[in-house]
Amino acid sequence: MKQTSHQFNENVARALAEPTLKVALDRTTTLLRTRRAKVIDAFPQYAKARETAQKIKDHTLDHLGHYLRQFEENAKANGAQVHWAATPEDARQIVSDICRAQNAKTATRVKSMLGEEIGIAQALSDAGVERVETDLAEHIIQLADDPPSHIVMPAMHKTHEQVAELFAQKHKDPGDQQDIPSLVESARRELRPKFMNADISISGANFLIADTGSFVTITNEGNAELTTTPPKTHIVTVGIEKMVPSLKHAAVFIRLLSRAAIGTEITQYTTFYNGPKRDGDRDGPENLHIVLVDNHRSDMLSDFLRPMLRCIRCGACMNHCPVYAAVGGHAYGAVYPGPMGSVLTPAMTGLKGSKDLPNACTLNGRCKEVCPVNIPLPDMLRSLRARQFESGMVTPKARWSLKLWAMLATRPALYHFGTSVANMMLRVLARGRGKISAVPLAGGWTRTRDLPQPEAGTFMQQYRKQKR
Amino acid sequence: MTNNDGPHVGFFVTCIVDSMRPNIGFASLKLLEDAGCTVEVPTAQTCCGQPAFNSGDDATTKAIAKQVIEAFEPFGYVVVPSGSCASMIRSHYGELFADDPAWQSRQKALSAKTWEVLSFLTDVMKYTPSATYQGTATYHDSCSGLRDLGVHDQPRALLAHVQGLSVVPLEGNNECCGFGGTFCVKYPELSTAVVTDKTTKIKATQADTLLGGDMGCLMNMAGKLSREGREMRVFHTIEVLADMADGPGICAPRLK
Ligand code: SF4
Repeated sequence: MKQTSHQFNENVARALAEPTLKVALDRTTTLLRTRRAKVIDAFPQYAKARETAQKIKDHTLDHLGHYLRQFEENAKANGAQVHWAATPEDARQIVSDICRAQNAKTATRVKSMLGEEIGIAQALSDAGVERVETDLAEHIIQLADDPPSHIVMPAMHKTHEQVAELFAQKHKDPGDQQDIPSLVESARRELRPKFMNADISISGANFLIADTGSFVTITNEGNAELTTTPPKTHIVTVGIEKMVPSLKHAAVFIRLLSRAAIGTEITQYTTFYNGPKRDGDRDGPENLHIVLVDNHRSDMLSDFLRPMLRCIRCGACMNHCPVYAAVGGHAYGAVYPGPMGSVLTPAMTGLKGSKDLPNACTLNGRCKEVCPVNIPLPDMLRSLRARQFESGMVTPKARWSLKLWAMLATRPALYHFGTSVANMMLRVLARGRGKISAVPLAGGWTRTRDLPQPEAGTFMQQYRKQKR
Repeated sequence: MTNNDGPHVGFFVTCIVDSMRPNIGFASLKLLEDAGCTVEVPTAQTCCGQPAFNSGDDATTKAIAKQVIEAFEPFGYVVVPSGSCASMIRSHYGELFADDPAWQSRQKALSAKTWEVLSFLTDVMKYTPSATYQGTATYHDSCSGLRDLGVHDQPRALLAHVQGLSVVPLEGNNECCGFGGTFCVKYPELSTAVVTDKTTKIKATQADTLLGGDMGCLMNMAGKLSREGREMRVFHTIEVLADMADGPGICAPRLK
C-alpha cells in the first residue's frame, strides 16, 4: 500500500468527515472491548500467563540468532526451503522468483500483515500471478480496492450494509442484503472454486517454533488450511520476531492471542505445519518455502524499541485506542495502524515520513493495559518524541512555545507573575459569564469547547494573601 | 488548628489548578488539615514538567524536575490534586535521572513520597469526610491516576460518605476524554472527536453532576458540555468532599 503517514492531518480530516466510518468503528470496537473484558475476567491465570508470555519473548529475543539458526536447521530437515530477506524488496524478489520458477498463474492468499508489509500483491503482479484473497475481510477489501484498516479485521472500516452493496455489485450471486450469514455464503460461493485450482498458496505464520522447525497459523475461517493444502507450492512469509523456542511456549501465546484479539477463548482453527507433503500423505504442497523477513527488526533489537518485537499482532491496542476509534486505521496511512503501528511505522519506514504518528496520542495508557505481552507502547511513543526533539524535527511554532514556557517554568517568581496576568486576561475575556468561547492563540480548543473562566486570582496569589 | 504530630505535607498545586481553579487547591488544603496533616505550599514550585516531557524535551523536563525535587525535599509527603501530575513525579521522573546517580537518589526519595490527593486521604490517612451535596453524579476516571497510580476505588469510597449524593456508573469510565495535555492543542479535531464520545456517554447517565480527579480532563469535558448547551455541574471530587462545591461548577455561569 502507498504510505500516507506524512499527510496524517489530511487523513484525519477525511476520516472525521465520513459518518459511516464512525458507525462501523463504534460497532466493532465496542463489541471487541466488551468481549475481551469478559473472557479476560473469566481467565483466572491471565496475569500469570501474560507475565510468562513476556518472559518467553524477552528470552527468545535475547537469543534470537540461536533460535533462528535452530529453526532453519529443523525446517530444512522437515523438507522446507528457508530463505532470508533483509528488506521488503528482497522478500518480493524471492516470492516472485519462486512463482516464476513454478510457472504459476494463480495464487490463493491467506491474510497476513507481513505480506502487506513486504508488498506481496506487488510481488505477485510482478510475476504475472493472479491473486485471490481468501480471508472474508480481505476478500471484501480486495473487491473494494481498499488497503486493510486493522491488523486482525482488515475491513473494520466497512459496515455490513456497505459490504452488502459491494457484493451486490461484484458477486454473481450476492445473497440477501439484509442477512449477514447470507452475505457470508455469497462470499463462500465466490471463493470456493478458486481454492482448488490455485498454483501457489501464500500464508503468513503466527508463530515459528524453533525446536521443531514448524510454524502455526491461527484463523477463524479455516481458509488457511483450504488455501495451503491444494496447491503444489506453499510460500510462508514471516517476520523473524515470531519465533518461540518450543511447542510448549507457543501454547502460552495461543491462549492469549484470541482472547486479546476478538474476545474468544480460542479460535476455530489452529494448525501446525511441519514441512511439505511426505511420502504416503494424501495431500499437501510438494514444495514449502519459508521466507524469513527482517525489515528493520534487527535494528529494533538493539534499540529502545526492542519490546515492540514482543508483539503478537492481536490488535487489542487499536481496539482500545480512542484515536483509532475516532478515525480508524486508514488515517495512520501505513500498513500497521493504531498504537502498535505508531511505533512500528517510524521504526520500519523512518521517523521523517511519519512524524505525527508518535505525537497523535493522548498517552492514556489503555493500549499498554490491554496488551497481552505488556508492551509499554506509550513509553515508546514518548521516547520517539524525544528522538524527534533531539534531531530537531519539531515545528518552529511548537519549539518556540515550549521555549517560552520553559523559560517561565524554571523561574518561579516570573512564572507566578505570568500566571496571574494570564488569569486576569482570561477573566476579562470571560466577562463574568463563567466561560470563554474564543481565546486568541487557543482557537483549536475554543472552536469546539468553551474554556472555563478562572477564579479571581491564582492559587498562589490567594494563598500568599491569606498567609500575610 | 493543625496537628503538629501529623504528617508534614508539601502541597503541589499543579499549574492548571493554580491558574484556573484555585478552589481545588484550597479544598485539598482543608481536607488534608482536617485529616491531621500540617500542610505547606512551597512557593518555588511551578509545573511538574509534563508539557516538556510529553513533547520529548527531556533537558527542560530535567531542569524542572530538579527544581521540584529541591522544593519538596523537606517534606514527609508530597500531595498533588491531580493523578496526571502525581504520576509524572512518581512514575516518570525516574526516566530522567537514569544516568545521573547524583540526582537519582534524591529523585527516588521524592517519587516514593508523592501521592495523588484522594488516594493519600484514603490509603495513607484513612480519612472519612463529612460533606453534603444534593445531586446525582457520575465519575470519570482519568487515565494516569487510574493506570499509573491505581486510583479507582478511593474516590468512590470517599464519595460514599457524602450525604445527599448518589453516584451512578458511567459507561467507558476508564476511557480517555481526549485531553492529553498538549494533544488537545496539537490535534484539536482529534481531541474533539474523542471528547464528543465522552460527553455522549456522560449525558446518557442522566446525572446532573460530573466528577473527576484531574482538572485538565474536567476542563475538557466541561468545556465540551458547555458548548453543547448541556447544563451540568462539573467539579473536582475534592471540592465536593470539602463541602466547597457550593459555587459555580467548571464552565458554569458565575453567581452574582
Ligand atoms: S502491541 Fe500488544 S496489543 Fe498491540 S497488537 Fe501487539 S501484542 Fe497486541
